[in-house]
Amino acid sequence: MSGPEGTRSGRRSLQVKFVPDEEVLKHIADDAGTKVRKDKAQLSVSVKRFVKKLENISDNEAQEILEEKSYVAVLGICAQDSVGNGSNISGGEVYSFQTPKRSSKMAELASELAQTPEQNAVSNSSKCPEKMAKTPQSSKLSMLNCLCFPGFMWAQVVWKCNLFKKKEFVSTTPYRLRKRLAAPDPYLESESEYSASCSEEEEDEEDQKEVSTVLSGEKTLGKTKAASTPTPRNSLAKKNKEEKMGSLVEEYFEAHSSSKVLTSDRTLQKLRKRRLNQQTLQELLKQAPLAYAAEIRDLSQQHESLFSKWMLQLHLGFNIVLYGLGSKRDLLEKFRTSLLQDSVHLVVNGYFPSITVRSILNSITEEVLDHIGTFRSPLDQLEFIIKRFKEDSSLELYVLIHNLDSQMLRGERSQQILAQLSSLPSIYLIASIDHINAPLMWDQAKLSLYNWLWYETTTFSPYVEETSYENSLLVQQSGSLALSSLIHVLHSLTLNARGIFRLLAQHQLEKKDNPSYPGLSFQDFYQQCREAFLVNSDLTLRAQLTEFRDHKLIRTKRGADGVEYLLIPVDDSTLTDFLEKEDEDV
Amino acid sequence: GCFVFKPSTKKRRLSEKTAHDFRSRSDDSEDTELRFVTCQSLWNQIKSETEQIQEDLNKQLLDNLVSFLNRSHSEFQEKTTEWTCRMKFREIPTAALVLGVNVTDHDLTFRGVADVLQDNITPYIASLEAKDCSGIKNLMQKLMGQLMKCDVDVDTLEDEDYVQVSQNRIRCSMSSLISWYESVTKKTDSETPSKKRNSSSRHWQSPPVVVIFKDMESFTTKVLQDFIVISSQHIHEIPLVLIFGIATSPMIIHRLLPHSVSSLLCIELFQTLSCKEHLSTIIDKLLLTSRFPFKLGEKVLQVLINIFLYHDFSVQNFIKGFQLSIVEHFYSQPLSVLCCQLVDVKKRVNSLSHDQCENIRRLPSFRRYVEKQESGKQIALLTNDTFLKEETEKLLEDLHVYHENYVSILRCLHVFTSSLPKYPLGKQIRELHCACLENRVWETEEYESSLQLARMLNKTDLVTMLQQCVEILMSSSGKEFDKTIEKLKEFLTQFQNLEEASQEQDVSVSSQKELQKKTDLYHLQKTLLELKESRRSKKLTKFEMLRFEVVDYIDSLVRKYLVPADDRTLHEIMYFNSASVLRGHLNAAPRTALHTALNNPHWYLKNQALKCDGGGISNKAPDICIVYKLHLECGRLINLVDWLEAFSTVVTAAEEPNADAASSDQVDDIIHARFIRAVSELELLGFIKPSKQKTDHVARLTWGGC
Repeated sequence: MSGPEGTRSGRRSLQVKFVPDEEVLKHIADDAGTKVRKDKAQLSVSVKRFVKKLENISDNEAQEILEEKSYVAVLGICAQDSVGNGSNISGGEVYSFQTPKRSSKMAELASELAQTPEQNAVSNSSKCPEKMAKTPQSSKLSMLNCLCFPGFMWAQVVWKCNLFKKKEFVSTTPYRLRKRLAAPDPYLESESEYSASCSEEEEDEEDQKEVSTVLSGEKTLGKTKAASTPTPRNSLAKKNKEEKMGSLVEEYFEAHSSSKVLTSDRTLQKLRKRRLNQQTLQELLKQAPLAYAAEIRDLSQQHESLFSKWMLQLHLGFNIVLYGLGSKRDLLEKFRTSLLQDSVHLVVNGYFPSITVRSILNSITEEVLDHIGTFRSPLDQLEFIIKRFKEDSSLELYVLIHNLDSQMLRGERSQQILAQLSSLPSIYLIASIDHINAPLMWDQAKLSLYNWLWYETTTFSPYVEETSYENSLLVQQSGSLALSSLIHVLHSLTLNARGIFRLLAQHQLEKKDNPSYPGLSFQDFYQQCREAFLVNSDLTLRAQLTEFRDHKLIRTKRGADGVEYLLIPVDDSTLTDFLEKEDEDV
Repeated sequence: GCFVFKPSTKKRRLSEKTAHDFRSRSDDSEDTELRFVTCQSLWNQIKSETEQIQEDLNKQLLDNLVSFLNRSHSEFQEKTTEWTCRMKFREIPTAALVLGVNVTDHDLTFRGVADVLQDNITPYIASLEAKDCSGIKNLMQKLMGQLMKCDVDVDTLEDEDYVQVSQNRIRCSMSSLISWYESVTKKTDSETPSKKRNSSSRHWQSPPVVVIFKDMESFTTKVLQDFIVISSQHIHEIPLVLIFGIATSPMIIHRLLPHSVSSLLCIELFQTLSCKEHLSTIIDKLLLTSRFPFKLGEKVLQVLINIFLYHDFSVQNFIKGFQLSIVEHFYSQPLSVLCCQLVDVKKRVNSLSHDQCENIRRLPSFRRYVEKQESGKQIALLTNDTFLKEETEKLLEDLHVYHENYVSILRCLHVFTSSLPKYPLGKQIRELHCACLENRVWETEEYESSLQLARMLNKTDLVTMLQQCVEILMSSSGKEFDKTIEKLKEFLTQFQNLEEASQEQDVSVSSQKELQKKTDLYHLQKTLLELKESRRSKKLTKFEMLRFEVVDYIDSLVRKYLVPADDRTLHEIMYFNSASVLRGHLNAAPRTALHTALNNPHWYLKNQALKCDGGGISNKAPDICIVYKLHLECGRLINLVDWLEAFSTVVTAAEEPNADAASSDQVDDIIHARFIRAVSELELLGFIKPSKQKTDHVARLTWGGC
């Protein structure tokens, strides 16, 4: 235990030595007998004390849990505050360990959700047995699935199976599962759920775990009964808990070590679905109505009422960070337009893929401070800025950063620089974060530089701007940039060089269905070029290739056999477009 | 990605602006100005107070450090044998400052150190941080830069650009550093004595060069080693002194540096006060005093202390929390205008508007107070503003008196409880304070047991405690304590008398003597039993009686003065109690908020369609919630096609519950687009990332139910 916790821990960690109660009682009695001076009151105190100690000894573990609970409770004081954050959720719920589920689970859940248009249907009591009973059957189900049905009918089939299953559930739920459900404690319930989901494979293993849940049930019950009568079972329960933890850990590594993946092999190509590009995506989304617009407006109005408070707190030396689900861009924009019109301010779009700290610093030095000149390093630049702001107290700057946790800004050095910037008394920073692990960017030193005040601003509005730069899997890369640069470079080359490149491109397109195509080998390429009268020696070809390489038009790599392979690092559609354009030109 | 916006209009002054912000939200416009001013002045007072405390606490350390530097320096000056002896071993005098884990507070300490050294020892101070010194070259650059700059500061002169140039151009090596040092010291020598006075009155002839390594642990070993080895070569030419800032333990020096290097250092250890003690002093000086009208409520204090103990050990952060509470209190409580020194109360109460009077009437504690009055007074209080003002003034005065008494009695009680075994009411006074604020302390079990323990104290302890209590009460400003002091003094004299009387009480001793006579076992047993009987039935000795009396008296004091603040009328004006606000701003849980929003959108979007009991989620939930919920069902990898299909099943069912889900096996374009959006949002939030392991798969980044 660390020192500063001091008395708290000191008080709790009495001697952890097991003393059977008979002995203790005897000891007390003896004491009372010999120490005649002590009066009765003292006696009762000491008895209480000893009982307390006993509790500590035997029920150490339960105490631990209780302590944890009380800690959470203390920190979560008065969580029930209108639309405050959801801090009534304990950490265990957010960071809990659960076993990975089978692939069919998603479809099951989907059909389940689809099945229940009336919201009340998904109530706790009906959901729990489903979850329990699903597990033993899921393996069977997925097997069935693999054997009999081709992919495209899959979802429907699963859905129907599920219906069928649902009717059967109640009767097939094993007796012990039902018994488990009857347990009163929510804590117990969640625990048993874990072990239920653990029991995927063999029967006997399941049985073992059964024992453990029953025991843990007893443990929790015992805990509520206040441990005035310490039972020897406690140690057993503790061991059980350890075992369970161990098995959880093992399961984690099992799930992450095995290379085989339990997902279906279907791909988007088979879906006969064209890939959408960014523009059509935007258009389509515009057609889709925004759900819950009224509620979202309510939410943002709530947040907007805080604007003047933010201003006040910014001026008092705090910086403000916004978190919560939903794009906070509009909110910050509104803040900017309504309150910052009369002051110098800097807006940084962190989600922009090419943003760097350097560009932020540059825009401060060049545009805010009107400084012409360059700096050797960002640190020098920072020093300059700090100096200027310290010299001139009338200077003040508001900095709004959308997505402080974006790819480009989350690095340690960038955060350090931004933190130092924000610690200046006349720079007011207001930023938003979205990533679940964003707070991990900051250590204590940075946090104290930032001097954050956290505001939860859940808006539920879609991240339109923020995700438009994200190279999503499902969005087709337009590749227009690559295409234009290809054409541009090629136009400046000789006719022969263009022919060479064409040859390579055509060859690559022919082989586009072969996923393991390594590229065209140099010898073959040379041969082809000779045949087309494009080069006369392999030296000229090499010179040409060097030029391509310098413009990043091709990539070479050596295969396992030492042969050089040539590849154009552009996707097939762009290449096709390119060839088409070339044909037009010629 | 960066856009700068510049306004064309002229800027207003900062202070006006701040006041304006304060005003703009509050509905009652009249008092806000005053409230803001009160808030600011209070905060400034508290700030200077904390700085003072910090300074006082570090005084000892700084004195030691200064004397250490003087010593190491004087030897260089006088070229004593010891110095030459040390020179032979090329040892650099080094001070290791053990500062504790609260890294955030270190800056303040170092600033203090640098200031003191600047004043007393040397103008040549360079403080280095690990982040600037990735290599020995950077370190030297930084070092020389800082030293040259302070050179400029001392001379306050001529050609700035010369220094500027030299800084960039100079070859950063030890030899150039030495030549710089020689030139500087020579310059001071050659200067006219009159000009020299101002600097050398404080500084010696050739002042040492102090290099501070602020965060020693984060430096790369190689850089440190190189620097030490190099500078030890030149120690006879330049009087270098190193100061290491250490957050963990002094052992780290030997861990970082091999023996060959650490033997070049002559290390002396300095220990700062632990952050815990620092906090105790802060609480003692800021909270347990009647100087400041503003008080923290029990829960708020608990939250702040918990953040300190469980998260960072940072006193800075504690003070920040305190500042935030002040701002919040004055911002959100319109009546906080009355939260001022007692002398101003009368004026401010008299100038209250009718609305403010209504605000007072609305306070829960005031309503409770009104209900207790007889009906005539009740009506007057509720209808007559002037009467209300008079009453308010009286109540506020009561509250002030209550504070004064509270603090004194709390300290007295702490004297008693802090010496009891196992500390049932806590060792620190802050724990006792929390317990007293929380509820009636005399109703708690801990208090009961501590009283019982107090009834068993021996006489010397009891007497010293009583003396301490008398001292505390004497020094307190409360006026009611004259009687109490008298009473305690009376107890003390009684104890004195007891001592004199005790000589006569040798009766029991005689019975002890009887035992020493030779007897057989049977008789011994019998006499022992008799003895026991007689003891049990025997009435209490005088001392015991007196002890009981003392404890009962203390108990009565506690019951009288340590009433929890919540029971006092008008406590809302002085006490800040919204702990949840404070906690939300200081110790937020962003991930929990995301979790709630995704799992239970109804928490935020108050729409009936979203309402679900029992933690489920309706199929009408926003897209991202549905996609999230579906992805929870997957393992490490997620097949996008399956995901898309599942999503479209849910969404179509939600939109047209009657349509046959099976008929549309081709996914609608709009749904496809919505799916894409939701998935990229999840990617932005960090739940998934693209995976190359299998075509059209994404990898999950969270494990388990989150």
